[in-house]
Amino acid sequence: MRITRVLALAAAIGAAALGTAIAEEEIHFPAQKWSFNGPFGTFDRASAQRGAQVYKEVCANCHSLKMAYYRDLGGIGMEPGAIAAIAASVSVPTIADDGSVAERPALPSDHFRSPFANEKAARSANGGALPPDLSVITKARDGGEDYLHALLLGYGDAPATMKMGDGMNYNKMFPGNQIGMPRPLSDGQVDYSDGTKATTEQMARDVVTFLSYIANPEMEARKRLGVKMVLFLVLMTGLSYAVKRKVWADVDH
Amino acid sequence: MAGLHKSDFANPVINWIDTRLPIFTMMQKEYGVFPTPKNFNYFWNFGALAMINLVIMIATGIFLAMNYTPHVSMAFDSVERIMRDVNYGWLLRYVHANGASMFFIVTYIHIFRGLYYGSYKAPRELLWMIGVVILLVMMATAFMGYVLPWGQMSYWGATVITNLFSAIPVVGEHVVTWLWGGFSVDNPTLNRFFSLHFLLPFVLVGVVFLHIAALHVTGSNNPLGIDVKSPQDTLPFHPYYTMKDSVGICVYLLVFAALVCFAPNLFMAAENYIPANPLVTPSEIVPEWYFLPFYAILRAVPSKLGGVLLMFGAIAVLFVLPWLDTSPVRSAKFRPIYRNLFWVLLIAVVTLGFVGAHRPEGIWVVLGRVATFYYFLHFLVILPVLGKLERPLPLPESISRPVTSGGGGPLPGGAAAKPMEKA
Ligand code: HEC
Ligand code: HEM
Repeated sequence: MRITRVLALAAAIGAAALGTAIAEEEIHFPAQKWSFNGPFGTFDRASAQRGAQVYKEVCANCHSLKMAYYRDLGGIGMEPGAIAAIAASVSVPTIADDGSVAERPALPSDHFRSPFANEKAARSANGGALPPDLSVITKARDGGEDYLHALLLGYGDAPATMKMGDGMNYNKMFPGNQIGMPRPLSDGQVDYSDGTKATTEQMARDVVTFLSYIANPEMEARKRLGVKMVLFLVLMTGLSYAVKRKVWADVDH
Repeated sequence: MAGLHKSDFANPVINWIDTRLPIFTMMQKEYGVFPTPKNFNYFWNFGALAMINLVIMIATGIFLAMNYTPHVSMAFDSVERIMRDVNYGWLLRYVHANGASMFFIVTYIHIFRGLYYGSYKAPRELLWMIGVVILLVMMATAFMGYVLPWGQMSYWGATVITNLFSAIPVVGEHVVTWLWGGFSVDNPTLNRFFSLHFLLPFVLVGVVFLHIAALHVTGSNNPLGIDVKSPQDTLPFHPYYTMKDSVGICVYLLVFAALVCFAPNLFMAAENYIPANPLVTPSEIVPEWYFLPFYAILRAVPSKLGGVLLMFGAIAVLFVLPWLDTSPVRSAKFRPIYRNLFWVLLIAVVTLGFVGAHRPEGIWVVLGRVATFYYFLHFLVILPVLGKLERPLPLPESISRPVTSGGGGPLPGGAAAKPMEKA
């Protein structure tokens, strides 16, 4: 009986392995080491702050970050003064006292300003392609952060045999290999104030760290809570098991 | 005084209430001294776990509903607002979303426990059938809940599943329009799904109450599958099973907490973090993992109506299972052939789960058909026939005396040895 059970289990695992093996026909991107991986992971503050700079200077020309507030930058260690200054450097639409449409400097409590007024404006500025909102982008793609990192580095020359669409760019990580986004990052594109060398890889890593934070601003609190809960429940499991043993000690079963 | 209950509780307040409304006496009878077979293994924890899970779902759901907006243009953003702007909103949402997965894990184990130990057999047929009703209501609730965040998978999942009803001859198309409240999945659909998703868990509470009420009439089955013969076979529910359930609850919460805090999106499709877009069909529309076996059965035959019938048939056979299985012996322990076929069935169902996750191409079509065929073969042919052919092993005389004739020490507490029963 034991043997049939083991066999059954082996067969089930075999079927599962076969299943995943057959499924793996898609593009491969290498798993990266991220500061936020694992149960104790945290966002690398310096990297995320540099990433915020990359977003602001590069990606924000095309991509919105609708769900994030300027105050969220506090979660990656920026000082309130710096955040207020960043917000104030952006103007957001408002309705003036006389009812006319006007602009005012943004406050930390404002959402990040979107680069385009609406989808049509975004598309017409990007050759018909729509730059997606990046607020939850790391959760919205299989492969998450690893995929994004690979995508930003995946640009190159199209193979001679490939017929590229109008305004399309070759990217070996994008499904179909043709993407409407022109290569956004190249070496030295931004000036990092902390002296870090702005290689393409470094900028990709930083902006992905930032976007991962924006998609999961609760992650550090969540993992801290998780560690406490797991410790507590391990203790409770041990305790209740001990009590159960004691209660059952006199039962012949 | 006529009609008043004679309460034995010493506490005067409790006594006063109990005299007029004997709920304390009832709880004492049903959960305090309730005679429970003494030989449960840990698989008997899962009913209690399912009950706790239901309470967790309702508790988190009520608070989510306070912050959620059921409108096509706001639903997606309102869920993300819950995650970001509501105090511990991320905890509420991740507990609720992963709670659905935990609920199905727990319930599926609970069901397979019933299949292995023959808990569906007389006199527990109705208890089992109420269980199948619970499963159906759970599925409807989970399906509609998944639509609420209004991501791509919400939208397209709802479109695919509601479209199944168009397979009904003649009136199909009308039924679908009626379900949608329009000519496609849209705001009216979202609104009614929200309303029903709020309602159905409370229906579940009612059905679970019936499930437990029926259980407390027949009493629990046990790993030996034989009837309780004497008080020596049982223990009072409290403290023995309250304690044993506590151990299970701690382990369950441990797994749940780790899932929520360390891998909250493990069971979630990335696609559902993209707002619903009726103009863009995702490359693959895959339901939540707990529907995958049924989804595979749905796609096992080339006909839409056939697939729908098979899918509902897969649950219908569970409903009549007590009459399909003709063996009088409950526990698989004493059924040398069924014991192995149980595992084959489990493999078939797991295989169907994998098939459901893949496009119906190549090997997956074949696997899906073979496993679907076997699923129905198991219930419709093997079980009825096997009961007649299989020679069960000798059953123990009683729970407290596991060895049949000859062996076995003196009975604890001098339980009366009764002649062996047929079932
Ligand atoms: C010149 C405008 C432009 C800039 C600058 C830009 N993008 Fe894009 N991006 C686009 C467009 C357009 C698309 C849509 C591409 C498509 O669908 O073919 C896109 C798509 C994407 C996607 C989605 C890919 C997918 O899997 O669907 C990601 C992620 C992304 N961009 C990240 C970034 C990041 C990070 C930056 C900053 C380093 C950035 N983009 C800068 C225009 C831009
Ligand atoms: C909301 C979901 C459910 C809840 C809360 C629930 C709750 C319970 C509880 C508390 C018990 C007693 C403890 C135990 O035996 O494990 C029980 C027993 C049982 N349940 Fe469920 N249940 C659920 C779903 C189901 C389903 C879907 C089925 C079958 C299709 C089912 C079939 C049974 C049977 C047959 C028993 C008696 C088992 C025995 O005594 O051996 N239940 N249930």
